[in-house]
Amino acid sequence: MSYVPDNLLYTASHEWLEKLDNGNYKVGITEYAQEQLGDIVFVETPEVDESYAQEDECGVVESVKTASDIYSPVDGTIVAANESLEDTPELINDSPYDDGWLFEIEVADGADLGHLLSAEDYRNSIEED
Amino acid sequence: MKKTVLNEAHRKAGAKMVDFGGWDMPINYGSQIEEHHAVRGDAGMFDVSHMTVVDIKGNEATDFLYRLLANDVKKLNTNQAMYSTMLNEQGGVIDDLIVYKLSDTDYRVVVNAGTRDKDIAWFEKQIAAFDATMTEQADAAMIAVQGPNAIAKLQPLIDVDLSETKRFYASYNDDTFVGRTGYTGEDGVEIIVSPDAAEPLWDRLIEAGVKPCGLGARDTLRLEAGMHLYGQDMNEDITPLECGLAWTIRKDDDSFIGADALNALKSAGVTKKLIGLVLEGRGVLRHDQTLNDEAGHQGIITSGGFSPSTERAIAMAVVDKNMTDPVSVAIRKKTLPCRVVKLPFVRNGKSLIEE
Repeated sequence: MSYVPDNLLYTASHEWLEKLDNGNYKVGITEYAQEQLGDIVFVETPEVDESYAQEDECGVVESVKTASDIYSPVDGTIVAANESLEDTPELINDSPYDDGWLFEIEVADGADLGHLLSAEDYRNSIEED
Repeated sequence: MKKTVLNEAHRKAGAKMVDFGGWDMPINYGSQIEEHHAVRGDAGMFDVSHMTVVDIKGNEATDFLYRLLANDVKKLNTNQAMYSTMLNEQGGVIDDLIVYKLSDTDYRVVVNAGTRDKDIAWFEKQIAAFDATMTEQADAAMIAVQGPNAIAKLQPLIDVDLSETKRFYASYNDDTFVGRTGYTGEDGVEIIVSPDAAEPLWDRLIEAGVKPCGLGARDTLRLEAGMHLYGQDMNEDITPLECGLAWTIRKDDDSFIGADALNALKSAGVTKKLIGLVLEGRGVLRHDQTLNDEAGHQGIITSGGFSPSTERAIAMAVVDKNMTDPVSVAIRKKTLPCRVVKLPFVRNGKSLIEE
């Protein structure tokens, strides 16, 4: 069973979100997602200052096996991206919830967060896979 | 789903299993890249028991294979192996295979798993005209042990002496057949044993430090080695002349199936070729991505991926014969530059890509 930290929120498409003190969310992909993908060899993070609507494609994670789109989990604007992934994409395999983070997003005013899953709900969703 | 005799052994070794053409096979045992490097630098092993082994015997076994295969089996020495394509009447590739000559009247052929049914049907149809018989060794287990240290680690575990076995030759006894062949671009062997002997051999190879490797590493290794994958880099709709396999066609003889079609194509002019590509910059080349050069010649990637040995994206592509450098590839919404390079990309552990 993959590790699913209790203190994070999740999407059905296997992104995690960590609420930061400044109100923004840090986003990455879950341990389960990186296990499914296998060794990750290329990451394209979104451009800083770019705005995305919820479920917009905003990046891609490519493993030895396949390319997987990253979707913006909420409406918002990218305020930071993890530049370490350019040279060391395997950080996502080694440390999906920490060093392998993808980007930080500032949530748009009035954005809906109701679709985000709790750790428990996400655990249940991957058990059904 | 079909299972090889090593299925339990894979699960014990922590394999992630996938459906591979109806076979329940390991894609990796944790890290495909580590498995890849094990084969390039030391020794790794693959369960290839899903592949199909067919023995051809009889006074006209040679004549049958001379008609069936585009390469020249009459050139083979005893115990020598040969890679060949098997063509249909239109010159399309039914399959690629390895044939071992054990004697003038005794051959062993290994064909792909995914093409087993049509291959067997084609063999049966063609063999009827010859004084020869075919026997599928359906229960045979097959393990490929590959890498610079593969033979040294294997030798103490088997009673077939490999000290005199040259590359692309086989040595065998009643229980163990060892061909010094493979699909990785490294030295190594492919061993065929009875089903009972497979798991004990597999376990002893693990004890000897040979790393179990899945189909994922098998694919990156063969791509780096510039070796074709049936169904991607060739199929029944393309001839060997158009996909970089002209070298498997024997010269000055038209008696094999498909020869007439190849001659007609040569007269009309071959319009496609297979090239190697390296992506300049970051990204991953993949099967089915489209290519263009500055003059507008087009092509398509038939096999692509991240190459662990060169840490670059590499690909084989079937393109317009006149395509020239520089070539651009469409990846999602972007167009990225590629460089045309000679195959293979890697041989015996070394990158051959010029910087």
